[in-house]
Amino acid sequence: MKKIEAIIRKSKFDDVKKALHSIQVNFFSYWDVTGVGNEKQGHVYRGIEYSTSDIPRRYLVVVVSDHFLEKTLNTLIESAITGEVGDGKIFVSHVEQTIRIRTGESGSAALN
Amino acid sequence: MDNALFTANNVWMMVCTALVFFMHLGFSLLEAGLTRQKNTINILFKNLFIICGGLLVYYVVGFGLMYPGDFNGFIGFAGLGLDIPENGLTASYASGGYTYWTDFLFQGMFAATAATIVSGAVAERIKIHSFMLFSILYLAVVYPIVGSWQWGGGFLSTIGESFGNSGGFHDFAGSTLVHSVGGWAALIVVMLLGPRIGKFDTNGKSKAIPGHNIPIATTGVLILWLGWFGFNGGSVLNADPALTSLVLVTTSLSAAAGGFGAFIVSSIKFRNFDVTMFMNGILGGLVGITAGADLMSPLESILIGLISGALVVIAVSWIDRLKLDDPVGAIAVHLFCGVWGTLAVGIFGDKAGWDQLLYQSIGVVAIGAFCCLFAFLFGILVNSLFGIRVSKREEVEGLDIYEHGMDAYADFRTNDH
Repeated sequence: MKKIEAIIRKSKFDDVKKALHSIQVNFFSYWDVTGVGNEKQGHVYRGIEYSTSDIPRRYLVVVVSDHFLEKTLNTLIESAITGEVGDGKIFVSHVEQTIRIRTGESGSAALN
Repeated sequence: MDNALFTANNVWMMVCTALVFFMHLGFSLLEAGLTRQKNTINILFKNLFIICGGLLVYYVVGFGLMYPGDFNGFIGFAGLGLDIPENGLTASYASGGYTYWTDFLFQGMFAATAATIVSGAVAERIKIHSFMLFSILYLAVVYPIVGSWQWGGGFLSTIGESFGNSGGFHDFAGSTLVHSVGGWAALIVVMLLGPRIGKFDTNGKSKAIPGHNIPIATTGVLILWLGWFGFNGGSVLNADPALTSLVLVTTSLSAAAGGFGAFIVSSIKFRNFDVTMFMNGILGGLVGITAGADLMSPLESILIGLISGALVVIAVSWIDRLKLDDPVGAIAVHLFCGVWGTLAVGIFGDKAGWDQLLYQSIGVVAIGAFCCLFAFLFGILVNSLFGIRVSKREEVEGLDIYEHGMDAYADFRTNDH
């Protein structure tokens, strides 16, 4: 099993969610994060220009079976891309075990 | 006088009193919205303090100082507290406009607004004890004495006699007597305090410190506009149909034009549609028309408003360049537009002319000098008693925690700045 962590634009979240649902990835968690990166957001407040490097993004975590990894990654990238600086990053790591608390099922059976 | 007319006049004046009271909500929201969330309790506390303290001080000494009856034109005192005259509840008290009680409360609500203006400008760094003592002293001494010079029948109201004319200074509802009185004090205390930490970098470049709740600030501005119907409408001092309706029209048109002036100038100058400048422009238009709301035609009120709105944006930049830090733009709105509106009475409207412009200028200078002198003295006094500014640590972590031991958004904190 693999864990996919993706940091994406908030504005692309609905597209990503829909795309993941369409390939039967129905369960994942997400939360809002703030980070710093290459993107600078220009602001003007009362005539004074300032830029903030605090960038709001959405962080989502999906755990999938090994054979499903590539399809999920492709779907994520296709639905989250705009081509502009700041589209985000994806990290993939190995997951030792998954257990569904209610039934005690483990492994891939606990994923869906 | 017809008793029904007396009753109608008095009801209108009480409605206006309530509207001026409502302006304190507007000021509270505007100031809270344009400052940072770590200082919200402090701002709200100051605003509540001013309405309560201002009214009580006006009861104890203010009303007596401001309306001393026959006096030398510079300073007089009718006595402590309220002492209702025999005709105080009859039509003969104020040409049938209102009763003595209405008179006191309407004027008392005005007094408190002058100190509220200071609160926003000195926000996020003044010690609460110092602010409380300063505003009580200022409201007890400066506001009512300056008020007596014009509205109490003092020397400014008949200044034309010194030049062999019959006219005098004209300030219908207080561009100078209320707004610039607050504005001058704001300027002096801001100079004594110095800028907030982080407002200017080591090279002296101005930094933006955005307010934390723009919807709240916008609500405040619209409430202030509503309150101004009472501020200016009540300054007619009766419910005269012709004059009250004209005043409401000039007031609203100037507010609208002020908003336009500010957002057009700021969008050209800074290339963004800054809603906080739009807000200040509306308030600038309101302050600007206040001196001559009874004298202007609709078109003239629009011109006054447009210039007020443009002036606000330019003044905010000037104040920044002078290394003065006014988080809410109170000096630009109340001082600059207060002075402009007062002078505008000599330029536009029924009284326009060189003589009137001279009287208006004398009023601006005399009142400005008196306000600055006493604001400076009181500022020095509170500084030597308590220190005027909070510690660096307190300022950085927030006045709410250190001055008040409270958090404005205890379970609703998304960001720590």
